[in-house]
Amino acid sequence: MAIHTLRAKRPPGLAAKQRRQALRTLAFLSPWLIGFAVFFAYPMISTVYFSFMHYDGFKPPTWAGTKNWTYVFEHYPFFWPALRNTLWLVLIMVTLRVLFGLGIGMLITKIKTGTGIFRTLFYLPYLAPPVAATMAFAFLLNPGTGPVNSMLEKIGIPAPGWFNDPNWSKPALTLMFLWGVGDLMVIFMAALLDVPKEQYEAAELDGASAWQRFRFVTLPNISPIIMFAVVTGVIAAMQCYTQPLVAGKVASGVIQGAGTMFEPGYPEHSTLTLPQLVYNLGFQRFDYGSACVVALVLFALSMAFTALLMRRRGGLIQAGD
Amino acid sequence: MTQVLDRPVELKVPASPAARTARRKAFLEWVAVHSLGVAAALFFALPFVFVFLTSLMSDSQALSRDLIPHTWEWANYRKVFDTPGFLTWWKNTLIYAGLGTLLTVVSSVPVAYALAKFRFRGRNLTLMLVISMMMLPPQVVVIPMYLFWAKQLDLSGTLWPMIIPLAFGDAFSIFLLRQFLMTIPNEYVDAAKVDGCGDLRTLLRVILPMAKPGIAAIALFQFFNAWNDYFGPQIYASENPGAWTLSYGLESFKGAHHTDWNLTMAATVLVLAPVLLVFFFAQKAFVEGVTLTGVKG
Repeated sequence: MAIHTLRAKRPPGLAAKQRRQALRTLAFLSPWLIGFAVFFAYPMISTVYFSFMHYDGFKPPTWAGTKNWTYVFEHYPFFWPALRNTLWLVLIMVTLRVLFGLGIGMLITKIKTGTGIFRTLFYLPYLAPPVAATMAFAFLLNPGTGPVNSMLEKIGIPAPGWFNDPNWSKPALTLMFLWGVGDLMVIFMAALLDVPKEQYEAAELDGASAWQRFRFVTLPNISPIIMFAVVTGVIAAMQCYTQPLVAGKVASGVIQGAGTMFEPGYPEHSTLTLPQLVYNLGFQRFDYGSACVVALVLFALSMAFTALLMRRRGGLIQAGD
Repeated sequence: MTQVLDRPVELKVPASPAARTARRKAFLEWVAVHSLGVAAALFFALPFVFVFLTSLMSDSQALSRDLIPHTWEWANYRKVFDTPGFLTWWKNTLIYAGLGTLLTVVSSVPVAYALAKFRFRGRNLTLMLVISMMMLPPQVVVIPMYLFWAKQLDLSGTLWPMIIPLAFGDAFSIFLLRQFLMTIPNEYVDAAKVDGCGDLRTLLRVILPMAKPGIAAIALFQFFNAWNDYFGPQIYASENPGAWTLSYGLESFKGAHHTDWNLTMAATVLVLAPVLLVFFFAQKAFVEGVTLTGVKG
């Protein structure tokens, strides 16, 4: 009722005011809107277009139909290994990283002496630039002279080949990502400190064991953060590019320079991931059409996981008001 | 107050056997937690220690299995700086990180402000698109982007294809800053309006001073993104070593010195050290940024 009267009596200046407000919103958003159009919408449409074209960057593109798609799925020898590796990272590496991050987060909340030093030490590796971290681990885990294998042999444990052994290269990568678990430690620590103390006290009065307190008080309280860590971890695992690439190159001993060829995913495709295929197809084989096919597969997968993060109900990132 | 005064009466009772076992249990727990802490600290710290020690070894010792250098070869670091190109990579990295950070902050602040404080149709959709962009692997659009920069604008072999896009807002920065601005009460905005401030003045005079920690966080993250970026330089700058950055050059450094782990580790320390140094001066902004994206969603 009141609204109707208001609408009827809308002053003549209001329409102009609304237009001004719309313009001001557009003005504030304009950097992003332009960026979105130029650096996402336009290249995305081009990616779809090129996925149906033969194009090597020199001769004008020619129509390929679905040939690039069948090539990638049926004949390109690296696609399925790369997808399998990506799934391995998504399942095993992400699980271990979340568990380890939660463990370190719980440990840090229990530490009472020298907390600041411990927290800084646990956090620092997260900041290590990916290339530097990979170079460091390629050295540490180097089977011949690396300090890790030296120590393992001293205590009589058979030393694995790490980045030189197809069975150990993904565990080696995982170890490196566990080392960089500092970001998860911080968000788990913040979430754990937010769990209401009264709930623990009530559980203790009811005679709950340590495990029961964890299971029925801690876990339900931090489950949104666990989900957040899982989903963002999955997205990061799908994008995993620099570390496996550099590890493979260093382990294979390739001398790198502009345009040098190297065996993708050394050893035996074991560190090949989907983003590396885009590079291999596009910038080593100059088959832009097939590279765009892989790019679209990557796009579909990452958007599927992003949707999980933003579901309307129970989503982890809410727009809010 | 009274509660506090009431308590000590109970505490003064001589320790019963039950209280003693409880204390012993607490002590054992302290020992267990701190031993675990020390074990974890070794896991996190030893890679740094070994890298640093190796960077000070002689050429021949770096190929042996020794863990401690016999002679401390500080000259290794000078050798790294004398490697052709190394100083250029520093310069390029600082340009990419510095200019990129500046452009990101300037272009992302108004967008984040609008998403946090304006009410308009399509706001949730815009926010969802921002989050989607944040999650998008750069490889998805790299083919057309490369063709655009290299073939149409002839800018491959320069830093520009990496820097210019940052003048149009960065999704992660917009999202993080928006999360931060949401924690500033709307009353400040309303009060500024009542005082007759326009939107731009409200943003510059009222919100910006309060948003300093958020801006510091996005600036730091963006700086390190550029510092850490490997894919961008690999795509756009690989053909011209004069445009390489530290992260990209580091790997080629290993290529050129492929047996010299000592020099490679010295170079690695030189890529790592600035990051750690900046962190010590800006810990708070970092940790706050990480929590903002994860917890206060």
